[in-house]
Amino acid sequence: MVTAHNLSKRFGAKRVFERVEVELGQGDVLLVTGPNGSGKTTLLRVLAGLAAPTGGELERPHRGAIGYLGHEPLVYRELTPLENLALFGRLYHVAEDRERIGMLLERFGLWHVRHERVAAFSRGMQQRLGLCRLLLHQPTFVLLDEPFNALDRDGAALLDRTLAELAERTLVVATHDPGRVEHLATQQLAFA
Amino acid sequence: MTYFSDVAALARKDLLLELRAKETLPAMLLFVLSSLTIFHFALPHGSGRLASLGVLWVALVFTALLGLTRAFVPEREQGLMDALVLAPCDRSAIWVAKTVAVLAFLGVAEIVALPAFAAFFSGVDGRMVGAVALADLGICAVGTLTGAMAVAGRARELILPLLFLPLVIPVVVGGVGASIGAGGKYLGFLALYDAIFGLLAWASFEYVVAET
Repeated sequence: MVTAHNLSKRFGAKRVFERVEVELGQGDVLLVTGPNGSGKTTLLRVLAGLAAPTGGELERPHRGAIGYLGHEPLVYRELTPLENLALFGRLYHVAEDRERIGMLLERFGLWHVRHERVAAFSRGMQQRLGLCRLLLHQPTFVLLDEPFNALDRDGAALLDRTLAELAERTLVVATHDPGRVEHLATQQLAFA
Repeated sequence: MTYFSDVAALARKDLLLELRAKETLPAMLLFVLSSLTIFHFALPHGSGRLASLGVLWVALVFTALLGLTRAFVPEREQGLMDALVLAPCDRSAIWVAKTVAVLAFLGVAEIVALPAFAAFFSGVDGRMVGAVALADLGICAVGTLTGAMAVAGRARELILPLLFLPLVIPVVVGGVGASIGAGGKYLGFLALYDAIFGLLAWASFEYVVAET
């Protein structure tokens, strides 16, 4: 369960958002829309626990249950996909992580490059690996910030299927292009 | 046991990153050797052991600073601190692992620097090696914490030396004191510094990387 009441965030004198109300349970999908710089990313960071709200109340699951994918894929470029996922599997205490890592790499079309450094990957491949990292520990509260960025047609189709599965959990997606997610959304929040 | 395996996984990652990127350690080695070489020619002939010991400790502190400046570069440039702090492991494990990695780099730099010091200036005895080892612990513990603080700030290249250098003045005092022959008292002082500042850094790291 994720509940935000009267949530606000400021950076000094600059107001990012104010009086945001969110109430999400299992199976809820919140679509956050708005132009660049409207506060979508900041809201997701606050909901994930990466930034503190300036005001209001926020209840969210514990850290281990949260999956967050921001503008960066959040993987080490000098490591291979296997090394990255093994590291995060260890830090998230994922049981039987080898099987799960293999399954995710297969699913996101990265198994054949599992021993290559991420630095050599295209941005789209890095985004796919970021999605593997996000899903590794099977989070119940998932936050995705512009997840279709840099993905090619196949990658986007794969993400469509993944989002449909994630919609059974609690999902927040921020995008300035809501077309791909609108059909899944149970709630919408539009920033001006 | 989970805590230590988290630390091991994170430290292994830092060592692997350096092994692949080869950015920090070569720079530290080049810096410490260049510094000692420059001082070898810059110090007037017959300056004495006391002056050369001062040179050694200045070189070591600034070599450590160079390594610390690079310590959080992958996390800063790729936003990876977000991924690390979201993980359900104890956040202090990130500090311990980073300290271990910086300590390893500094140790390697000193394996080269101490013989170079012996060749350029004067001999190195066991007490000096002990003082350097104890100083390294304090330098890396405090430096990793201040490095993490600097990552969060805007003028990070400026903040790290401003925070770090005043905090390691006692290490230089203890290190020089132990090296010139006042042994046990200064070695004890360095061990006490390590214990106090190590504990403080370990306990406060959680708040340094906490949401802002």
